[in-house]
Amino acid sequence: MTTTLTENSTAPEPAASTTLLEAKGVIMRFGGLTAVRNVDLTVGSGEIVGLIGPNGAGKTTFFNCLTGLYVPTEGQVTYKGTVLPPKPYKVTQAGISRTFQNIRLFSNMTVLENVLVGRHTRTKEGLISALLRGPGYRRAEAEARTRAMEILDFVGLAAKADRLSRNLPYGEQRKLEIARALAGDPGVLLLDEPTAGMNPQETRATQELVFAIRDQGIAVLVIEHDMRFIFSLCDRVACLVQGEKLVEGTPAVVQSDERVISAYLGTPYDGAPGSEEVAEVQAAEAAADGATSEEEDR
Amino acid sequence: MTTTTETTRSAVHRAILPIPITTARALIIIGGALTAASAFLSWTWTSAFPGDLTVDGYPGGLQWLTFAAGVLTAVFGLAGHGIRGLRRLNPAGSSSAELLLAVGGLAVTWFTLGAISVELGGLVNLTVGGWIAGIAALVPVAGALGLPIEGEPGSATSRGSALWRHIKNHPSIKPTRPLPAYAEILIIAAVLAVGLGLFTYGIDTGYGELFVGFLITVVFGAWALYSAGLTDQLSAITARHRSVTAIGAFAAAAAFPFTQSSDQYTSIGVNVLIFATVALGLNIVVGLAGLLDLGYVAFLGVGAYTAALVSGAATSSLHIVFPWWAAALTGAVASMVFGLLIGAPTLRLRGDYLAIVTLGFGEIFRIAVSNFDGVTGPNVTGGPNGIPNIPDISVFGIDLGKSHSLGGFTLGRFSNYFLLMLLFTAIVVLVFTRASDSRIGRAWIAIREDETAALAMGINGFRFKLLAFALGAGLAGLAGMVQAHMAFSVVPDPYQFAGSVPPNSAFLLAAVVLGGMGTVSGPLVGAALLYLIPAKLQFLNDYQLLAFGVALILLMRFRPEGLIASRRRQLEFHEAEQPILQTTEEAGLTKAKA
Ligand SMILES: Nc1ncnc2c1ncn2[C@@H]1O[C@H](COP(=O)(O)OP(=O)(O)OP(=O)(O)O)[C@@H](O)[C@H]1O
Ligand SMILES: [Mg+2]
Repeated sequence: MTTTLTENSTAPEPAASTTLLEAKGVIMRFGGLTAVRNVDLTVGSGEIVGLIGPNGAGKTTFFNCLTGLYVPTEGQVTYKGTVLPPKPYKVTQAGISRTFQNIRLFSNMTVLENVLVGRHTRTKEGLISALLRGPGYRRAEAEARTRAMEILDFVGLAAKADRLSRNLPYGEQRKLEIARALAGDPGVLLLDEPTAGMNPQETRATQELVFAIRDQGIAVLVIEHDMRFIFSLCDRVACLVQGEKLVEGTPAVVQSDERVISAYLGTPYDGAPGSEEVAEVQAAEAAADGATSEEEDR
Repeated sequence: MTTTTETTRSAVHRAILPIPITTARALIIIGGALTAASAFLSWTWTSAFPGDLTVDGYPGGLQWLTFAAGVLTAVFGLAGHGIRGLRRLNPAGSSSAELLLAVGGLAVTWFTLGAISVELGGLVNLTVGGWIAGIAALVPVAGALGLPIEGEPGSATSRGSALWRHIKNHPSIKPTRPLPAYAEILIIAAVLAVGLGLFTYGIDTGYGELFVGFLITVVFGAWALYSAGLTDQLSAITARHRSVTAIGAFAAAAAFPFTQSSDQYTSIGVNVLIFATVALGLNIVVGLAGLLDLGYVAFLGVGAYTAALVSGAATSSLHIVFPWWAAALTGAVASMVFGLLIGAPTLRLRGDYLAIVTLGFGEIFRIAVSNFDGVTGPNVTGGPNGIPNIPDISVFGIDLGKSHSLGGFTLGRFSNYFLLMLLFTAIVVLVFTRASDSRIGRAWIAIREDETAALAMGINGFRFKLLAFALGAGLAGLAGMVQAHMAFSVVPDPYQFAGSVPPNSAFLLAAVVLGGMGTVSGPLVGAALLYLIPAKLQFLNDYQLLAFGVALILLMRFRPEGLIASRRRQLEFHEAEQPILQTTEEAGLTKAKA
């Protein structure tokens, strides 16, 4: 974790910061199914916001609405005050990058090339300059490579820059997805279950990575089933259940909300302080298991 | 080496034939030498069989191939025996190289003997020399089968499948220190010279039997070199000297017309080159951007028709004459516009739909130009008769229609067009390599790999697909100009989806897939094979398409990545070799930084 990436990092700003990303009244219907119902959510600068909810709650669908992969049936998404058009490439250009729940790397490209693709919106060499290879083109290409290597160094994958991404172990593929998203110099980074399928050590490393990203001045919106991860990471957590936002607040508030617990466990909250955490961890693990097995089905 | 009994016992386990290893090696060396020597005998009584195999004391025709295979077998046998200096020939140390060479020798020898027997009517047509050759060729095969094979000993699988796995194994070579630069460049030059020699030999083969024998020898030879790890080493060397390799390859290609004394085979050469260039253009669309275009040949047609219209041909509906470069540009631009027109509505479709729509548009082009004949439509393209009598062009004052002599060599009409076409091939290669290794090319590959993720990375998918489509179309249009002038006329018929004469859309796609998607040399090699094989094997006539289909199925079954795997595919197989690749990559990086 060195070089320029840390240079532009500022001290973590207080939570009451300027609003970066704002979703208002987002509704997403698939035929008769309403996957997202009237959800409002804001992400401010310097914030880490968590999004939790049981399987099928509509978290990923909400992400897709934010990033333009889906056109929301109703509602709008603004970034820094301007309404985002529902075109994925324009959203990324504006400064919102994302990772995918089921890893979507460019598997036959090398690790470095994956990150270079992530840099697409911040470079603009066209076909003609690529064919002519003038000094300007060479400089831009070298800069892109240097920057990509910095990002790989930042996530700890620099040594594997020339591997094919498909040959990386699972945990490193998730890291590479984050690196690829960071390459777009985002203002807000959306992470969809970044620790799914990771062991506790890797999960802890990911947590450190997310903090480091926040320290760069990048706001983070993260979906996760691992409650310990979410509650120790986030400044604010929102819980989606069946497409609706049930509660939103600090980890402490959401953690002790009975509706959240019953949504996860399907049983009333019993209030015993010791058993609370155990139940949460169990719930999270069950959910994570469900998520991974579902992933294998795809 | 252990005692004989022990060797024998282990050989029983790990080799196909239970013979001691030393004996096996001796059989390979001696058998290879015997096979080579048998080529000096007469194999048949009469000279009725082409190539005259009746002479004692000198090989002729197909015997040269047996001779070459025998010599190679013996040399690799010696290398396997550990002769100093020869060991570099087989860096992978794999015994399958010897086996493949021995089998290749056997195959070409027996093919010759079989062809003699069939064509002249019976085995009586073989002399004693023929029988000796047939038996001698068996000896090294027996020896090679006595060598140990890799694989888990004691596994329940049959020996046959163990052997097959052994042969199919990707060679693992240890990273070696690079040779001095001059030595590596000499190696590249030598390989290119051999390549030119092989291509010239293949194109000059005067009769089908010789071409089949040539193919057998080349296939087994190339396979053996691959097993020995030599092709891997070569690609590492060429990766270190990319521009030298590129310039050398074009110099070798440019030397081809000078090896020909008449225009008989240069016409094949120029057709191969046109086909190969168009296939490389298609590789941008299919191999890089992953767009399955089944109507690509229409763009060649647009280029050819446009060039014909501005050629000043009496039959052209436009009575204007453009210089060669303007004609080429007009052809390219017209193709590009046509590509944009077709691409804009279709590229929003994905996968199968795109394939079907492009197939339809390709056919529409052909049917449209056959109807623009003044009867069923406006008179633009001359209908089914096309535009005949296209005049030759002159480049820098040199009339390509006439023979010219240059340094003692006479270059005929087709040689001239070959050299002009080579210029366009160079342009297409340059465009392909530079585009593929750039921000644009990475965006194309990303779209091919995962379109949704590519969109999420900020790539405007539709725009980049359209760019690939239009660029590919424009490059085909360039080649169309040369084709129109070289062939004297343009007619609608060749620009169809499938036919027995390349280039048509199916053959173009086959050249890309067979050669290797996403590579430069793949489509060039694939196109050369796909053009030469039907052109040389006229006797197959009705079965050509059948043979083509069978060959494609076999290839897809056994080498789905194509003959030439892309660097990415190589990476996939070579994780163990990471150090080499990393250093070359790093060298590239530092160069880029500088
Ligand atoms: N393209 C689609 N068409 C139809 N239904 C969809 C589509 N995408 C999602 N859904 C449905 O919307 C609902 C929400 O799915 P979503 O993937 O957003 O859940 P999630 O909260 O991300 O769950 P998980 O924790 O399992 O990832 C599910 O019922 C799902 O089947
Ligand atoms: Mg999800």
